[in-house]
Amino acid sequence: MRRRDFLKTSVGAGMAAGAALSFGGYDKLWSASPVGAKYDMVAVMGGNPDAMFDLGIQELGGMGTFIKKGQKVLIKPNIGWDVIPELAANTNPLLVKRIIEHCFKAGAKEVYVFDHTCDNWVNCYKNSAIEKSAKSAGAKVVPGNSESYYQEIQIPGGVKLQTAKVHQLLLETDVFINVPILKDHNSTRMTCCMKNTMGLVWDRGYWHSNNLNQCIADFALYEKKPALNVIDCYNVMVKHGPQGVSKEDIVLMKSQILTSDWVAGDAAAAKMLKIPVEMIEYIPIAHKMGLGNMNLDTLNIKRIKM
Amino acid sequence: MTSPLLRRLRIAFSTLIFICFFLLFVDFRHLIPAEYTNILLYLQFIPSAIKFYSLGSMAAGGFLVVLILTVLTGRTYCSFLCPLGIGMDLNSRIGGRIRKKFRRYGFKKPFTVLRYSLLAATLIVTMVWGIYMITLLDPYSIFGRFMTFFAKPAVIVINNFLAGILGKFDIYILSNVPNKGFPLITYAIPAVFFLLIGGLSLTKGRLFCNMFCPVGTLLGLLSKVSILRLKFDEAACTRCGRCAMRCKSSCIDFLNHDIDISRCVGCFNCVTTCQDKAISYGLVNLKKKEHVTDENKRKIVATSILLLLGISRISNGQDKVAPKPKKDSTVKENKKFPVCPPGAGSIADFNKDCTACSLCITACPNRVLEPSWKQYGLAGIMQPVMNYHKSFCTYNCTVCTEICPTYALHPLLLDAKKLTQLGKVNFIKDNCIVKTEKTACGACSESCPTKAVYMVAYEGNLLIPELNAEICIGCGHCEYACPTVPYKAIFVDGNPIHLAAKKPVNVQSEIQAPVEFPF
Repeated sequence: MRRRDFLKTSVGAGMAAGAALSFGGYDKLWSASPVGAKYDMVAVMGGNPDAMFDLGIQELGGMGTFIKKGQKVLIKPNIGWDVIPELAANTNPLLVKRIIEHCFKAGAKEVYVFDHTCDNWVNCYKNSAIEKSAKSAGAKVVPGNSESYYQEIQIPGGVKLQTAKVHQLLLETDVFINVPILKDHNSTRMTCCMKNTMGLVWDRGYWHSNNLNQCIADFALYEKKPALNVIDCYNVMVKHGPQGVSKEDIVLMKSQILTSDWVAGDAAAAKMLKIPVEMIEYIPIAHKMGLGNMNLDTLNIKRIKM
Repeated sequence: MTSPLLRRLRIAFSTLIFICFFLLFVDFRHLIPAEYTNILLYLQFIPSAIKFYSLGSMAAGGFLVVLILTVLTGRTYCSFLCPLGIGMDLNSRIGGRIRKKFRRYGFKKPFTVLRYSLLAATLIVTMVWGIYMITLLDPYSIFGRFMTFFAKPAVIVINNFLAGILGKFDIYILSNVPNKGFPLITYAIPAVFFLLIGGLSLTKGRLFCNMFCPVGTLLGLLSKVSILRLKFDEAACTRCGRCAMRCKSSCIDFLNHDIDISRCVGCFNCVTTCQDKAISYGLVNLKKKEHVTDENKRKIVATSILLLLGISRISNGQDKVAPKPKKDSTVKENKKFPVCPPGAGSIADFNKDCTACSLCITACPNRVLEPSWKQYGLAGIMQPVMNYHKSFCTYNCTVCTEICPTYALHPLLLDAKKLTQLGKVNFIKDNCIVKTEKTACGACSESCPTKAVYMVAYEGNLLIPELNAEICIGCGHCEYACPTVPYKAIFVDGNPIHLAAKKPVNVQSEIQAPVEFPF
C-alpha cells in the first residue's frame, strides 16, 4: 500500500509541480501564500473559536485552497498538558473540531490528530477535551507516546539540528495543518507556531540542551511545512506558561490568526503578547534563514472584527 | 459429601479469582476502577491483616473473614482465594501433563520444624525489626511481583505486536506501550522465587505452601479445629491409595486412614478420585477421634501469640521516633532520602506496612514507581520508590493511594495530594544548560505544575531557574525533564516525613486583551 501511495503521490506531485511551473513560475512553488489565497494573513477578533475560523478560512478562499480531494490531513494542535480547556494550556477543542469539519467538507480522505505530550498522554488527550471533540468530527486520534511511532529524518542546512525523529503521521499525510495555542513561555518567552513542532518530534531533550532557539528555527527548515497555521488566541496564557497554574494566568482575547507563513504568524502572535519580536530569538533566526517573513508591514493582512 | 461437584466448584471459583487477579496486575491501560480492586483485595490475608493493624477498622477485616472461614471449612482459602496457590495448581497440572511422575504425589511426612520455625521467625522479625520476611513470603505479594515483573511485560509485548499490526491498517484502538524495565538487580528476588515456586509446584504440588508459606502454616494450625473437614469411611475404603497419589499436599496417609488436616488445602481431588466414596467432606466426627495434646505445638502457638501482642507494643513505641526532615541541599545531586509515594505519610511508616506486592508499581499510569533495592535499606527492600530519572508523578492522579491493599499508602483526595510535599526541589546551577551553554532551556520550569521552579533574568536575553521550595510538591517533573546528563541540574530530595506544601499564590495578570489588532 505504501509503495502504491508513494507512487500516486509522486506522480500527483510531479504533475502539480509541472503544471505550476508551466502556468506560473518557479517562484510560485515556494511562496508563502498558496495559489488561490487572497491574503498572506487573516486575523479575526471578537467571536467564538469556531465562528472565527469559519470567517477566517472563508477569507482565505475556503479549506479547498489547502486541501485537495482524497488527501490525508494531519492536524497538530497543542495537547501538551493535563489541563482542562478553560485554563488554555492546550488548543481550544471547539476550534480543532471545526477545522476537522472543514477538512472533510473540502474532501479530505482522512484527518489525523496527535501530539507528543509533556504530561501523561492519556490524561492530556482526555482532559484537554480534544480527543472527544476530534473523534466526534470524524478524525482519527493517534497516540504519540512511544518511540516506535517516530522515524528519523534529515534536516539539511540545520545549524544545531540536522536529524530528528518525527511522528510517522507527518511523513504519511499529504497536508499538515498546524494549530498552536498562543502562550507565554518560561524560556523562549512565547510558544506558538514554530515551537508547536516540538510535539512532532520524539527527543525534545536534545533541543533543550543544544540551543533551544536555534533548534526550533532549524526544524522549520524541514521540507514538510504546514499548509496553514491556525493560531488559537481565544484564551491566552500571558504568564506562567506554557503550563499555567490557575485562571489568573489567562486573558480572554477572543482572537485568531490564520496564515501559511509561520514566521509571520509568530511575529503577529508576539504583538498580541506585547513582546518585542527580537526577544523571541527563534523568530529573527528563522527570518534570517529565509523561512518566512517577520516584517508584518510588508504583508497583505486582512483584519476582521466580528 | 462425596459429590464431584466440590472439586468442580473449586476449579470454577478459583479460575475466576485467578483471572481477576491476573487482569488486575497486567491492566496496563488502567481500565479497572479502584473500587473493584479493593473488593478483590479485601480477602487477601496478609494485606488485610496489616491494613487492619494500621487502620483499626472493620473495613479492613477481610483477614478475620478468612480466619472464620478456616475454622468453618479448613484451609479452603489456599485453594479458592490465594492467587499464588491457584497459580501453583495450574502449574502442577502442566507438570502432570509433562511427566506422569509429577502427578503422582503420595503421602510425605510434614516439614514440621521448618514450617513452624518459619512462621515464628516471620512473626518475630516483623514485630521486632521490619516487614521484610513478610515481603519475601506473603503469597499475595509474591504473586503480585510475578505478575508485575514477568506477566505484564509479556502482555505489553503482545499488545505492542497487535498495536503494530492494527496501526498498519490505520486503526488506533491499541497503542504502543514502551516496555520500561526496572533496575536489573531488583529482578533477583522475584526470579529466585519464580524458579523455586515454579519448580516445586511443577513436580511436588503444594509443597511450597506446606513448607515456606507463613499464611499456609498459620491457617493450617487453625484448620485443626475446623468444623467441616475431609474424613475417611474406614469400612468403605479398600486402601487402593488413589487419594494419596492425587493429593497435591501429600497429606493423606491412606494406610492409617489419617489426613493431616493442617496441610490439606481443600482441593477435593481426593473426593472426586475415590471410587469407593470412602472420603467425604462434612462435619467433623469428634467422638471417634482420640485427643492427644502435643505440648510442643501448644508452646509454639502460645509464644507466637505472646510475641504478637507483646512485641507489637514495644515496636509501636519505637516507631514514633522517625528521622527529622533534612534542610535543602543545593551543592550537587546528592539525594539524602529516597522519595516514597504519596499517601505514605513518612518513609518509616511506609517501610513498616508495605509488603512489596507491587500493585501500585503496576497501577501507576506514569510508571514512576519501581522496586527499591538499597534506597530504603533492608527494611524496605523491593518496596516502591519514585524514580524521577524514569518518569514523574502526575499532578492530577491519586491511583496508588486508592488501591494499596495494606494501607501503607493512605487514600488521598486529589486536592490534598496536590498539596502533599513528597520531597523538595534542589537546583545545581553549575550543571544548568543556561549557565554552561549560555542558551535557553527552561525544561524544568515549563514542567512544574505549581511554578515552584520559575525563571528569572540571567545574562543578556537569557532566563535561568529559581526555586520556591515552599510550594514544591516533589512530583519530580522538573528532574525528569532536565536534559543534562549524567547528572541532573535539578532534582528532588525526598522528605522522610511528607509535609504540607503551601498553596501557590497567583494574581491576575496586568496584560489586557487588545481592543485593536496590535499589528
